[in-house]
Amino acid sequence: MTEVTQPALTIDALGKKCPIPIIMLAEQINYVPLNAVVAVLADDPAAYTDVPAWCRLKSHRHVGSYELPEGGWAIHVRRNY
Amino acid sequence: MSLVAYFDAASSEPLHPQAREALLAAIDVGWADPARLYGQARRAHLLLEQARTEVAEALGARPDEVSFTSSGTQAVHLGVLGTLHGRRRVGRHLVTTAVEHSSVLHAGGVHERDGGTVETVGVGLTGRVDLDRFTEAVARPGTALACLQTANHEVGTLQPVAEAAAACRANGVPLLVDAAQTAGRMPVPPGWSVLAASAHKWGGPAGVGVLAVRKGTRFRSFLPEDERERRRVPGFENVPGIVAAAAALRAMAAEASQEQARLAELVGRIRETVPKIVPDVEVIGDPDERAPHIVTFSCLYVDGEALLTELDKAGFAVSSGSSCTASTLRPSHVLEAMGVLTHGNVRISLPRGASAAEVDRFLAVLPELVRRIRQDAGVA
Repeated sequence: MTEVTQPALTIDALGKKCPIPIIMLAEQINYVPLNAVVAVLADDPAAYTDVPAWCRLKSHRHVGSYELPEGGWAIHVRRNY
Repeated sequence: MSLVAYFDAASSEPLHPQAREALLAAIDVGWADPARLYGQARRAHLLLEQARTEVAEALGARPDEVSFTSSGTQAVHLGVLGTLHGRRRVGRHLVTTAVEHSSVLHAGGVHERDGGTVETVGVGLTGRVDLDRFTEAVARPGTALACLQTANHEVGTLQPVAEAAAACRANGVPLLVDAAQTAGRMPVPPGWSVLAASAHKWGGPAGVGVLAVRKGTRFRSFLPEDERERRRVPGFENVPGIVAAAAALRAMAAEASQEQARLAELVGRIRETVPKIVPDVEVIGDPDERAPHIVTFSCLYVDGEALLTELDKAGFAVSSGSSCTASTLRPSHVLEAMGVLTHGNVRISLPRGASAAEVDRFLAVLPELVRRIRQDAGVA
């Protein structure tokens, strides 16, 4: 099961500085069904650490972080509850 | 209680009163060149060597192993590059950790650009180095030097220096110990080959660092030759500053067991209380194995710069590893390496004499400041 699950929602936080990408994620994760994946697009280097750290604190699952061709990452989070 | 509570001792400890007294006296009598042969010079020489003996004793070194530098950063630069230079026939591999002070990492960068290799050992969630990986790394043939801090400067976690030193010794690799955060507060752990420290972090004046090189450790300065400080550090010694640094270290170490235990209790109070009174906060760093004066926490959804500004207005001097507060726009490499939140970060580091009343006042104002910043950012 290494295949990347298609995100149910993509949050475009490109160009936004932390903590804004995290605030957007916290607000919008409840828009997707349980076990669905949210992709956060971000290019603030802080987001690369902060999204997985948020998942740990909030007991959601950090699925993976994938580099975007234009810079930044798509950081995938699975809604756990 | 003063109007501003100064909680940034990890950046700089206020000058100890005994250091101030020593500094003023030494400015008058210790200005001459300690390398000359007339009366004033002999007096400066005597002051310098007396200070060296006192600093050596406090740090567990021999006087002839101790050299004075112009800062802790310079001590690290000279220590790392001088040991690598002295051992270049053995090999050109440097082992360090992901949470060392930037002075160590930047010295490693110079070594790499000069054709050497660097292995950076990772840390766990508390910031403590992965000892198994460190042990493996120093066993690699061609390792010329390993570096490890006594305590992390951003989160206070103590590193397993004695264990790391044993691993180094087993492989004949010298260990540089960066004791900047603990010198004067805790005994220096045994087993170092090279030791670096900074006087203004123990209540001495700025402009004085310590570089100690154990007898038998191969060391060769990479800088142009200079006779001063056993050829380890170039330039005319700052004798008054060094005298004051020694006075501060002696005073700080003498009161350390009581005062640092008191500060550790206040830090414990902050560690325990903050998560109870502020929602969505994480206290980071090791809860038990930690420097007595440092506590760090991160507030979710909070801009670190905004929080520092509000705390400053409320009369608290603290620092932060959040990226927006640093000049680099990159988050702290320490927080990144630990995998903890890099935003909304606050480091409290208590100076000698920090009062319980100041800590309580901090705990009283913090929840409302965080709440307001979150509200302004639109966080429900």
